[in-house]
Amino acid sequence: MSAAGQKNRLASGGLIDRNKPLSFSFDGKAMSGFAGDTLASALIANGVQLVGRSFKYHRPRGILTAGSEEPNALVELRDGARREPNTRATTIELYDGLTATSQNRWPSLDFDILSINQLASPIFVAGFYYKTFMWPSALWEKLYEPLIRRAAGLGRAAEKSDPDHYEKAWAHCDVLIAGGGPTGLAAALAAGRAGARVILCEEDAVLGGRLLSDGGTIDGLPAIEWVAKAVAELEAMPDVRVMTRTTVTGVFDHGTHAALERVNDHLPVPPEHQPRQRLWRIAAKRSIVAAGALERPIVFGGNDTPNVMLSSAVRTYINRYAATPAKRLALFTNNDDGWKTVEAALAAGVQIAGVVDARAEASAEQRALAAQHGFAILNGVVDHVEGGKAGVGKIVAALAGGAKATLEADGLAVSGGWNPAVGLTSQHRGRPKWRDDIAAFVPDGAPAGMVAAGSANGEFSLAACLMEGHSSGAAAAGDLGFGKSAGSAPVSDEDAAYSVRPVWTVNSKKKAFVDFQNDVTESDIALAAREGFQSVEHLKRYTTLGMATDQGKNSNVQGIAVMAELTGRSIPETGTTIYRPPYVPVAMGALAGHHRDENFHATRLTPSHHWAAERGAVFVDTGLWKRAQWYPLKGEKDWLESVTREVKAVRSGVGFCDVSTLGKTDVHGPDAGAFLDRVYINTFSSLAVGKARYGIMLREDGIVYDDGTTSRLAEDHYFLTTTTAKAGLVMQHLEFCRQVLFPELDVQLTSVSDQWAQFSIAGPNTRALLTDIVDPSEDLSNEGFPFMGARAVKLRGGVEARLFRISFSGEMAFEISVPARFGDALVRNLMAAGEKYGVTPYGTEALGVMRIEKGHVAGPELNGTTTAADLGLGKMMSTKKDFIGRVLAGREALVADDRQVVVGVKPVSPSQRLRSGAHVIAKGKVPAPETDDGYVTSVCFSPMMDRWIGLALVSRGRERHGEIAMAHDPVRGEDYEVEICNPVFYDPEGGRQRG
Amino acid sequence: MRIACPFCGPRENGEFTYLGDAKPKRPALEAGEEAYYEYVYLRDNVAGEMDEFWYHGAGCRSWIKVRRNTVTHEISSVEPAAGAGAAKVAS
Repeated sequence: MSAAGQKNRLASGGLIDRNKPLSFSFDGKAMSGFAGDTLASALIANGVQLVGRSFKYHRPRGILTAGSEEPNALVELRDGARREPNTRATTIELYDGLTATSQNRWPSLDFDILSINQLASPIFVAGFYYKTFMWPSALWEKLYEPLIRRAAGLGRAAEKSDPDHYEKAWAHCDVLIAGGGPTGLAAALAAGRAGARVILCEEDAVLGGRLLSDGGTIDGLPAIEWVAKAVAELEAMPDVRVMTRTTVTGVFDHGTHAALERVNDHLPVPPEHQPRQRLWRIAAKRSIVAAGALERPIVFGGNDTPNVMLSSAVRTYINRYAATPAKRLALFTNNDDGWKTVEAALAAGVQIAGVVDARAEASAEQRALAAQHGFAILNGVVDHVEGGKAGVGKIVAALAGGAKATLEADGLAVSGGWNPAVGLTSQHRGRPKWRDDIAAFVPDGAPAGMVAAGSANGEFSLAACLMEGHSSGAAAAGDLGFGKSAGSAPVSDEDAAYSVRPVWTVNSKKKAFVDFQNDVTESDIALAAREGFQSVEHLKRYTTLGMATDQGKNSNVQGIAVMAELTGRSIPETGTTIYRPPYVPVAMGALAGHHRDENFHATRLTPSHHWAAERGAVFVDTGLWKRAQWYPLKGEKDWLESVTREVKAVRSGVGFCDVSTLGKTDVHGPDAGAFLDRVYINTFSSLAVGKARYGIMLREDGIVYDDGTTSRLAEDHYFLTTTTAKAGLVMQHLEFCRQVLFPELDVQLTSVSDQWAQFSIAGPNTRALLTDIVDPSEDLSNEGFPFMGARAVKLRGGVEARLFRISFSGEMAFEISVPARFGDALVRNLMAAGEKYGVTPYGTEALGVMRIEKGHVAGPELNGTTTAADLGLGKMMSTKKDFIGRVLAGREALVADDRQVVVGVKPVSPSQRLRSGAHVIAKGKVPAPETDDGYVTSVCFSPMMDRWIGLALVSRGRERHGEIAMAHDPVRGEDYEVEICNPVFYDPEGGRQRG
Repeated sequence: MRIACPFCGPRENGEFTYLGDAKPKRPALEAGEEAYYEYVYLRDNVAGEMDEFWYHGAGCRSWIKVRRNTVTHEISSVEPAAGAGAAKVAS
């Protein structure tokens, strides 16, 4: 591989490694570059000017900048599942084998059919969405929108799932520094020397910032050598962390910052087990924004022509990358900084076609340089550039005296002055303030703990940047009490004052762009002004100025200035829009991190999970839990067949179900009973040791919050259970009651949800099965262990367990809990011991079927609108004590007789399927909101009834048992008769569970 | 945001759950429906400093009282909320 084809590569110089040639392709064409190149610099070296087509008009576009603010040179990077659209060529580090493709063109970049949009540009003006394509409205969805979407746009997202990993990480420090240029390095040296923990983030792969492009002398050393020395000193400090390829993208409250680290974007594929990107949250006590300044374009005709480039970017490509965008360059400037590009170009052997300077007086040095190299200094502005996809042709200048002049050049460097990077400092709705002397906005304060320094603060000389960087680093460390010496500030003699004569627009008659990325022209802003969209926030939304991924970094100030001029206001009067994070685009993958696919949220597995999986159980997500829903056997045709078998097996023999997902809390202390009396509607202080009781908790507004059984294991020890869904919330509520409301009670709460594996064993053979599990010394008879008994028992083999004689299925049942680590062993023992009884594991479906057959309420009935009385549990409400929710539960509307209460429902036709959500309407009434008596909450096919049954909430339901009503189901288009009945369908006397 | 839990030190707000205004005190049972209605439903919409209940659920499970400026998010004090919602201070 050689430098063949790199026709614009300079013979020497630059910070590229000429010993490491790299090959890459752009639009399928093979090219070469060197290590240290960006894709943009390599394209320039290869003579590529045309890089993309614009968003709306499909205008040919080239490279404008050399940084992360690039609006034009957006490409699709990589291909297949790793294809990444809208990637800025200016920030892509070149690697061997890189592939990139231009965007928004068809069939090719060179010949783009939709560039005819330029001819239709009167249609695509600001607000065209609101004005055109309005009629006929039916065509909007079918025709106009798809058409516009195809015509306008940027790159294509990958069509496959991203194969790479993204990470999130935390870091903590005393001083965070955003930006590793001269200011940031000086700040890091000062704070680090003083003893502070420092994190220095630099967006680029290497430190140095503008020093890499502009050179200079610091402490008597060439800038690049000084940078190396500073980096060495920083790396030797144990409490300083230097993070390259890392952009601080946001500042949040109390010193939390977001930073995006592009860990492996510079490689074709991340190494094994390595993330592509890492999103950092950095908690910093102080932060220093040393993010520099961004050069701004000027609004003139054809200012978007390929090879019209920011002056500082031209310098970067020549000095840092040894790649020249032009052989014969012109400069349009309104400040001295632009002239540095002339010097750099001349040093690289590039001809200068002329300098158009908006300022009247050129300095003696500038005149001498022009004379020496034979180019003209024209006092005036560039009116327009003639050219197109082949780049710059002619440059037409409008001179101060009114004459026109033409320059022949193949590139135009533009410097409209510099804007401090005020994004980070303004993110808490701070508005930057205008400084007339530098014609730019500078930070006006910053979020607490943050300061701006150097050119981000409007200091544009190298000497001032070094000094302010050092002093801000020393001040931040000193503020935090770090007393060691910050050493002396780095010194440079480059302290020339910055002089600029603002030129925002030259009022050219040709198409002149303000926002390149969103194709917003000067005339769009004029239109917005004419139509009354004069506030900057209106201007932004009407024209989309500043709404592209560059967030207006290249355009906002010019846009504001043009609007100010049109409306006779000053720039500060016109004001800025609100700055928001992120400072640069952040991939969704980085924001998601590992939280995608199966790791979207944490997964909780029950103690019997692996055993259930071995048996081929079908699992259902219940919150974070995976619960066995049913256990299909070979040959069963559907879930209903499996569930029906499970129910029948339990009701005729014995079965078991993992109920470990219930929330479990140990309640300890002399006042444990008194505490429970206040959180439950019923009384627990009177519960005998060794007994369990069903309890209901209300919210303070009187609505049912949760239910469950609580057992008294000792005088001062209760074991409380909650529903699966509310486990965490009930714990939080109980802690609130204990800590905040009832601090006088001597009680402690411990969450033991994960400590116990709990199984419900149910069916007539339960006791027989348990006899093989529980130590023979334990009496499990009705007398020795009556219904609602609860106590610790020893299992065969010595494991300490707890038994609760409670039943959700209505069968003779026990719940057994063992320390979670024995859960798997217990389930396998249950299967082995139960073989002779035909023991059948059952899942949550069968559990649900049996609870509906028994009329037990659950989630669909405890739905945040029902009272205890609605659920048929009103009698549990004690009148002898205070409890949460007692007073408001007595409100008129909550005790009205026409409330919807729990009833049973069954279709009159035994073969009719019942559906949840069907409305219950009295027979003969027309279904309407005012005739709606309630709705079906829970349904199942009942194997015991051999028909569909359900629970419903029905107005005055308890008086209506036996009534035939209509089930009205407009969603499924069904109407059928149902009988309202007692919600307890099976064994209403309850004899089975007591047997 | 970062909240300095009195038991655990400064922690990220993701560890905490917000409840709301810490001013209302739970009335005695005898105070009646009107008092409870106010306690449960009526809240000031404060723009400025406000005492709030937060729960350190991913930490020490303490309820804490945070004095926070709802406009700037500045936190001026954090203390345990023990008894802060009780009608009468325990003797």
